Amino acid sequence: MKLSDLEIGEKASIVSIDADSELRNRLHSFGIATGEELEVKGHSLAKRTIEIDIDRTLIALRKEEADRIAVEKV
Amino acid sequence: MKKENIRVALVGQPNVGKSSLINAISDAKLHVGNFAGVTVEKMEVETKYCDETGCCEYDISIVDLPGAYSLNDYTLEERVTRDFLYDEEYDIVLNVIDSTHLQRNLLLTAELLELGKKMVVVLNMIDEAKEEGIEIDSDQLSVILGVPVVKTSARTGEGLEEMMKAIAMVHKKPSTESKIVFSDFIEEEIERLVSFFGERHYRSDIPYRHLAIRLLKEDKRIYKKMHEEPIWIELLPVLREALDHIYLHAGKKDIEEIFADEHFAFAKGAKMEVISASSMRARNLTQKIDNLLIDKYLGIPIFLFLMWGLFQLTFTLGSIPMEWIGAGFDTLAEWTRSTFGDGVLSSVIADGILGGVGAVVSFLPNIIILFFGIALLETTGYMSRVSFLLDGFFHKFGLHGKSFIPLVTGFGCTVPAYMAARTLKSRSDRLITLYILGFMSCSARIPIYVLFTGAFFGSEHAGNILFLIYISGALLGLFAAKILRVFVFRDADDPFVMEMPKYRLPSLKLIYHIVYGQAKDYLSKAGTFILAASVLIWFASNYPKHPEIVNSYEKKMEKAVDDSDKRELSAQMQKILMQESYLGEIGKWSQPFFAPLGFDWKMSVALEAGLAAKEVVVSTLGVLYSLGDEQGEESQSLQKSLRESIPLPAAMAFIVFVMIYVPCFAAMSVFTREAGGFGYLAYLFVGTTLTAWLLSFVTYNIVKIFV
Repeated sequence: MKLSDLEIGEKASIVSIDADSELRNRLHSFGIATGEELEVKGHSLAKRTIEIDIDRTLIALRKEEADRIAVEKV
Repeated sequence: MKKENIRVALVGQPNVGKSSLINAISDAKLHVGNFAGVTVEKMEVETKYCDETGCCEYDISIVDLPGAYSLNDYTLEERVTRDFLYDEEYDIVLNVIDSTHLQRNLLLTAELLELGKKMVVVLNMIDEAKEEGIEIDSDQLSVILGVPVVKTSARTGEGLEEMMKAIAMVHKKPSTESKIVFSDFIEEEIERLVSFFGERHYRSDIPYRHLAIRLLKEDKRIYKKMHEEPIWIELLPVLREALDHIYLHAGKKDIEEIFADEHFAFAKGAKMEVISASSMRARNLTQKIDNLLIDKYLGIPIFLFLMWGLFQLTFTLGSIPMEWIGAGFDTLAEWTRSTFGDGVLSSVIADGILGGVGAVVSFLPNIIILFFGIALLETTGYMSRVSFLLDGFFHKFGLHGKSFIPLVTGFGCTVPAYMAARTLKSRSDRLITLYILGFMSCSARIPIYVLFTGAFFGSEHAGNILFLIYISGALLGLFAAKILRVFVFRDADDPFVMEMPKYRLPSLKLIYHIVYGQAKDYLSKAGTFILAASVLIWFASNYPKHPEIVNSYEKKMEKAVDDSDKRELSAQMQKILMQESYLGEIGKWSQPFFAPLGFDWKMSVALEAGLAAKEVVVSTLGVLYSLGDEQGEESQSLQKSLRESIPLPAAMAFIVFVMIYVPCFAAMSVFTREAGGFGYLAYLFVGTTLTAWLLSFVTYNIVKIFV
């Protein structure tokens, strides 16, 4: 399932990231990488933007980016 | 005593406190702010340090590089930093790390370690980390990284002495012992390449290990260099085999991705070994606040309420000192007139300089309050939440969530709005926002709208028409943003991945720095520009002199018995003088351009004078429509006279033109500075003028059909 499919309060671990090197590096530099655990903390209307908690940091993502991150619920 | 120079490159991710650190160690007052990307330029600060052991004096110059999340030339700032680190001469890398986000910061550290330069790592904001219950074992980290690690706090001054010592100490060593340990399969290949170079006694400026790593990473620069060496022939097969092994083990062939994963694993591993977090107090507080502030339904209303409050404060509280300043300048102008008499000098000072500069300075209270509010929202960490809430809607129009702040500010005054656009990180986002800001009708245009709606629609409909004007301006702005995004700034969308920082109580000093800097900027730049513009407009409307006209009218006025006759004559004289001035000439000359819109030369002149400031439009119309210069927007006689001499279609076309064309001279000068050159201003000027012309033309012709 995709990161964008998760609901608020659900925890998951990242299975894979489908992104070009630029976006992947950006995600990495925010601590978003394969194997990491995250929790969805909130989202705006229609999930246009999603807030996740990963490695003690709160990160906001747009749906387009969240769609590229495959996760597995834990 | 020997004196040595050390050149230090200061590198760190955005918002780790690099500039505050420099401020703390030297007396230099650099601009310190919480806006990411504040440090876009390299700055050098001289500082001296005498270390006790050999007491030798050092001249340490620190180059403050722009904040970079990584060295992957992703943003303009990152490119500047990367190019500097690869191409420039420096002795030591000073890597500043935010102790509260160790893992993320260590990613950059991993990349920096590969440079093969001498390095010192600074764990900044250590006091904040302690407050959050984060303990970091800096000795252990130093062992892992192979470079000295110093705990500092720019706020309390803790560790700064140690940092300078570490720099001096590292400088004394012949070379760096920095290391980053990769997975075994990569280490094997590095080892193979190192012994390859060793056997051949290859001469290299950088250690073999770093050379090997850069070769394996397929660093173009090192390939270009090695390509010209005789060893290249022998190296090639060895390198190819090494890469094949790595691909096989990693199970993928994207070397960049393989190393990115390695760095990530390194950063994570290093963090796990050195950190112990006991409590999560601060974070939980942030969580609680966030539950309310970014709530799906409540978030936006709360935000709108806060903005509404800020604008109320800006424009109601700000109007009080604004009046004082206005009155002050009026008194000054009066005094000038009475002291210098009726001469040219008195006129240029009182009407030209004091009038124009006074108008700009009177906006200062607004600007200070507005920027105080924005600085507060920004430094507490709330602004990131706003982007989060609004990005969905704004993204549809090719704008970034953060564009909201400048856009709303634009309804007050376009000048601070242009400055507020600085909070946008991506250059295309910022430029699009700058370009459409003028469509948000600023408060200086209100008098014109009030005058025209009052004259042509009656005051009972004025409110609705005003609302319509504002809404259509805003819609036009969104529409223009979309067009710009699709046709002009077509570079790929900036991905929206951003940190939501912890809520922080900002220090007063930081807020003061931001507000003071903005206010000073506004006064010095816009002030000097408007000064020149005011004198220019004053000159154009007062020259060439026509003593014969003045003489003939003065004679007539002497004969006139009645006071009202005198006033009538004086108004007539001003009208003719204006008509004969350079400004009048320009108006008549440019009239063919405005003729298809139904404007006469007077309306043309008023529009052109409005380039200086929109307030001037009303006073110019007052003068030209022969009613003396004491005309306000609510003047019944001016409204009547406009109604009689301007047809409705032309009046509506005039409103549309005022809505769209550039706000004022001060705004244009600030725009030029913020956008980065006169070329951008040329586009803005031509673009908005053409749009204004076209839409006025359409309005004129449509209304003509119905009337």
